[in-house]
Amino acid sequence: MTSNVSAGRTGNPTSRVEENVQNSSATPQTAPLLSVRDLKVQIPTPGGTLEAVRGVNFDLNPGEVLGLVGESGSGKSVTLRALLKLHRAPIRVSGEVYYGGENLLTLPENRLRSVRGGQISMIFQEPMTALNPVLTVGQQILENLLEHKHLRGKAALERASELLDLTGIPSPRARLNDYPHQFSGGMRQRAMIAIALASEPKLLLADEPTTALDVTIQDQILRLLLRLRDTLSMSVILVTHDLGVVAQACDRVAVMYGGRLMETAGVNALFGGPRHAYTVGLLSSLPDVGAHRQPLRPIPGGPPDLRNLPAGCAFAPRCTYVTGACLGVEPPLQSVEPGHDSACIHHDQLGQLNSSHLPSSTLPSSALEGPL
Amino acid sequence: MTTALPSSPARVRPKWRSLKPTLLIGTVLLLILLLAALFPQLFTPYSPTDFDYTAILSSPNLKHPFGTDNFGRDIFSRVIFGTRIDLQIAVFTTAFPFVFGTLLGALSGFQGRWLDALVGRVADLVVVFPFLVLVIAIVAVLGPGLNNMFLAVSAVGWVSYWRLTRGEVLAQKKAEYAQAAQVLGYSPARVLLRHILPNAVTPAVVYLMTDMSLGILLGASLGYLGLGAQPPTPEWGVMVADGKNFMVTAWWIGTFPGLALTLAGVTFSLIGDGLADALRPKS
Repeated sequence: MTSNVSAGRTGNPTSRVEENVQNSSATPQTAPLLSVRDLKVQIPTPGGTLEAVRGVNFDLNPGEVLGLVGESGSGKSVTLRALLKLHRAPIRVSGEVYYGGENLLTLPENRLRSVRGGQISMIFQEPMTALNPVLTVGQQILENLLEHKHLRGKAALERASELLDLTGIPSPRARLNDYPHQFSGGMRQRAMIAIALASEPKLLLADEPTTALDVTIQDQILRLLLRLRDTLSMSVILVTHDLGVVAQACDRVAVMYGGRLMETAGVNALFGGPRHAYTVGLLSSLPDVGAHRQPLRPIPGGPPDLRNLPAGCAFAPRCTYVTGACLGVEPPLQSVEPGHDSACIHHDQLGQLNSSHLPSSTLPSSALEGPL
Repeated sequence: MTTALPSSPARVRPKWRSLKPTLLIGTVLLLILLLAALFPQLFTPYSPTDFDYTAILSSPNLKHPFGTDNFGRDIFSRVIFGTRIDLQIAVFTTAFPFVFGTLLGALSGFQGRWLDALVGRVADLVVVFPFLVLVIAIVAVLGPGLNNMFLAVSAVGWVSYWRLTRGEVLAQKKAEYAQAAQVLGYSPARVLLRHILPNAVTPAVVYLMTDMSLGILLGASLGYLGLGAQPPTPEWGVMVADGKNFMVTAWWIGTFPGLALTLAGVTFSLIGDGLADALRPKS
């Protein structure tokens, strides 16, 4: 992949996207589909520059479902949109997003357009507003088929109806002629998925796709996404603040806080043994359905002001386990176990906590080092 | 792409009964006006400009239902033939401002930056003058007549459409479906023209109807002032102006063209209201 990367920067730029895409699908599963390096997004505001994303690094393997979780304002959606270079000036995006051997952030707009929709598709949180109200669902699917698959006429119609069928909409042929307002919320989300998948993308970016739906529909949509991931062998980045969704749908999780990745791990490793204090706090703030009813344990405080971040770990002001070492330099994201990265100084102690099977939230903070 | 898909079940077509009464009445009135404009001979045997010195200033009677004027011209046929002129005025005073203003508004709302700033300053320049005063000034420079009037109104009238569409596009381009279209890799032109504009054009269309009735009144006003249609053209405003000298002795000369003006104004207002209801997004 690295040779592809350097090749992508030199030489004839035309047709390289297609070439490298084929390369990447032919390479073994270890080569990442998408590599994000030091991604930064800065939003100038009247009150100073807002550092929405501050150096995010991750790799996404083919066929993998990566969950990007965090509180509101942690930079999840901003990261997702930056991957496709959707931010407009005056928002500044820097870093590298390698897809198929090319840095998407430096691609010229016209070639980026063939990647958008064609290679990487996106679905949105609000199925009520993300469909164009004046075009029928069929027209919207056909438009994507024409743009990226150059399908038209009867063949396109056939394919569009197949896609609706694939997403589980009954009598798809007839529903092609319906307008979005004739669909229910869950069906609109299915229709949106059908539109996004018409171009058979290699990667689907899902921005809180189930947040606006009720729990049963949410479950159906997640199952649908996982089934489509298998049948179409695509990767998914699932942005959500719902840890239940992550547990159900994701292979790997990246926890975001204050514009940085705090912890990345396989889903079992993360839920079984979190190695970052923030993740520990997130998990212990979840209500437990089966257990005796008791007050929730929220993380004290609120999300940090991204215009005025504290020196050191961004989570330190709210952290139960904070020590002097947390306040100096921002701890980097480093490997603590194979496939498990954490940006917490105390990842060792947190690991011991987990192995001793103590509920982390009931443990006095003095078990680590005394709070300041 | 925009045509109905084949092999679809019968489309649910809005029945005329389901139309709003305002839209229905307005449409019927418009059809009558169009009929009078296209085939005026069907309604009246007289020419609108022929003098008949045997019947000068005759009050409404069976031969001349609206009476005759001081040259013996049949008022009824002049009103009927005037329909064509005044509908022309309605269309020509609004067509260019609508098309130009809407497209420019869409562009400056979508593109923003220097284009928006530039057009915005030009629009400010136009609106600092009272509408009628500016139109009259331009006509006075170009010389009276229908064509120069169309030019003058077009030069001023686009600003309303520009403003309406620009605001709507500004709002719509932030909508998720517009972002979704961008994410699907469609070109900016396609995102704007196929996805955003159809969702943003409604206020401009509704205003177009109001503007048409305003356009007729404006044309009539300018005709009345001698800056629009020139005699002996049977234009309603000119006819009202002709009739004002005879208001006491022969009320029918000015009254019937005035009523025709009112009818046309009401027609377009009803359609505008009806369209506003019909096009309002339902969820």
